[in-house]
Amino acid sequence: MANLSQREAFGRALMAYGQESKDVVVLDADTSSSTLSKFFAEAFPDRFYNVGIAEPCLVDVAVGFALGGLIPFINAFSALLSLRALEQIRTCVAYSNTNVKIAAGYAGLSDYKDGPTHHSLIDIGIMRMLPGMTVIVPADTLEIKAWVPVVAEHRGPVFLRLSRAGGEIVHHKEPEVRIGKGFELRKGSDISIITAGLMVSRSLKAADILMKEGISTSVIEMPSIKPIDQELILAAAEETGTLVTTEEHSVLGGLGSAVAEVVTAHNPVPVEKVGIQDVFARTGPDPDSLMDAYGLGVEDICQACYRAITKKKN
Amino acid sequence: MKEATSKERKVNINKLERIANQLRIDSLEMICHRQAGHPGGSLSAAEIVATLFFHTMNINPANPEWEDRDRFILSKGHASALLYAALARKGYFSLSDLERWGDLDCHLQGHPDILKTPGVDMTSGILGHGIALGAGLCLAARAKNKSYRVYTLLGDGECQAGIIWEGAMLASKYRLGNLTAIMDYNDVQLDGFVHDIMPMEPLLQKWTAFKWHVIEINGHQVEEIIQALEASKAFHDQPTMIIAHTVKGKGVSFMENKSEWHGKAPTPQQLEQAKAEIGRRM
Repeated sequence: MANLSQREAFGRALMAYGQESKDVVVLDADTSSSTLSKFFAEAFPDRFYNVGIAEPCLVDVAVGFALGGLIPFINAFSALLSLRALEQIRTCVAYSNTNVKIAAGYAGLSDYKDGPTHHSLIDIGIMRMLPGMTVIVPADTLEIKAWVPVVAEHRGPVFLRLSRAGGEIVHHKEPEVRIGKGFELRKGSDISIITAGLMVSRSLKAADILMKEGISTSVIEMPSIKPIDQELILAAAEETGTLVTTEEHSVLGGLGSAVAEVVTAHNPVPVEKVGIQDVFARTGPDPDSLMDAYGLGVEDICQACYRAITKKKN
Repeated sequence: MKEATSKERKVNINKLERIANQLRIDSLEMICHRQAGHPGGSLSAAEIVATLFFHTMNINPANPEWEDRDRFILSKGHASALLYAALARKGYFSLSDLERWGDLDCHLQGHPDILKTPGVDMTSGILGHGIALGAGLCLAARAKNKSYRVYTLLGDGECQAGIIWEGAMLASKYRLGNLTAIMDYNDVQLDGFVHDIMPMEPLLQKWTAFKWHVIEINGHQVEEIIQALEASKAFHDQPTMIIAHTVKGKGVSFMENKSEWHGKAPTPQQLEQAKAEIGRRM
């Protein structure tokens, strides 16, 4: 099976889940042909609501649905959900603990052609700071398919961060995903890379290079950024003594910060963060070259690993 | 159901007027006791809240989570004292809780909280949410074949927030006849008169242009409130906006029409004077 773009994988998975659960309703803010919530809309027109270009209203209407006993999935661009609709998400979703599922599309640099206004590079940091919010960043098609029912059936708010693009296949069969659990994709003894989203396949490539150089590299996928798999992080810190995090997000507040928070509290080891270096990016010709241009390349991951190993305490 | 005789109607109205004034006294006592809260907009909405909770809404204090109950969203969440007084008088929790409002171990928060206080159908406090939230609940009712109605009470200044109009468009798009919004039009907001801070008129035309059914009433006349709320039930394919003309600080001479009383607590002496003035009307 070919890897789909994340939006297509999600659009199809949501449509499929709509068949299973009649309580799911889907809302969009005039982006259904971008987020591909239109697959659900075409299959279940009576359970699809387009609120127009009004993300704050999108959130509140979904909250109303949740109060009325339905399971609303809202779809829009992550930059708008996490910024323009943040107050609604904070007050009416997180603080009120309503059962709203936020499918945040076009995250990271994936809307490369629309430029920095549309990039979403601080959304994980923002959402992670909301008490009660679950933050999920899946890697590929089969993983997204696995997450949709888990997200829907979890009682409480979830922020599901999705890319417009698609990385390479990470999971060849549908993984058993669980909120709060990461996966050890590859076992190594010299260094651990902790990663999520489209950076997972890039991290695996970096690990291949490092292995050839004799550096035994562990690769841990951490789709559940909140709650995070503390146990897995601490085991990696213990085993390899140094960590690298990779994410398509600012180095402030995202996965790297979350990992650093865990190790500084329990077992301080060096953490090198691969991510966007606290800058606004720019428009690019395609997602991959934009990611490479902003320090998210395979070579950047290797370099971070060399630095992390140098810093390792003996 | 048999028609109420005019005598029965009058008794009912007198009862609701008495409740409204009781809620005024309760609210001011709470605000004075805590030395925090919002008296002006609690006093202006007293008849509206009294009528909703003690006449119009189909609710059951013994079962606050009852699925078929009518819902109420206090969009102008700063009138929390008034809502808490109404809920306590209705029997959702003990009247003695009102004195503990704001205590660390008390369920009554500064603004209404769905997770902590029985009878609160939605958290509010940041202004602007009522219509969009209410519209979502109305759509949920429709999706689940439920016949409950959703009421939301808005401030006038609150309608300066853009999301109000996002929700207004949505409610008319989906022809939400089960949604009734009431605007407590006292023309006073925190910084001064609404007509100075950010003029809202012509409101009747604005809501009409957004394809709402609009009723204008005197928000201190219980009979008019009852009739408007009844009328709103008859519109099955259009949401209703009841523009209720009110007086900020109603019933307390030194508070009426004064923006300084939007969010200030009375001294114990001022409380006694206020209670005496309200008491004379009961």
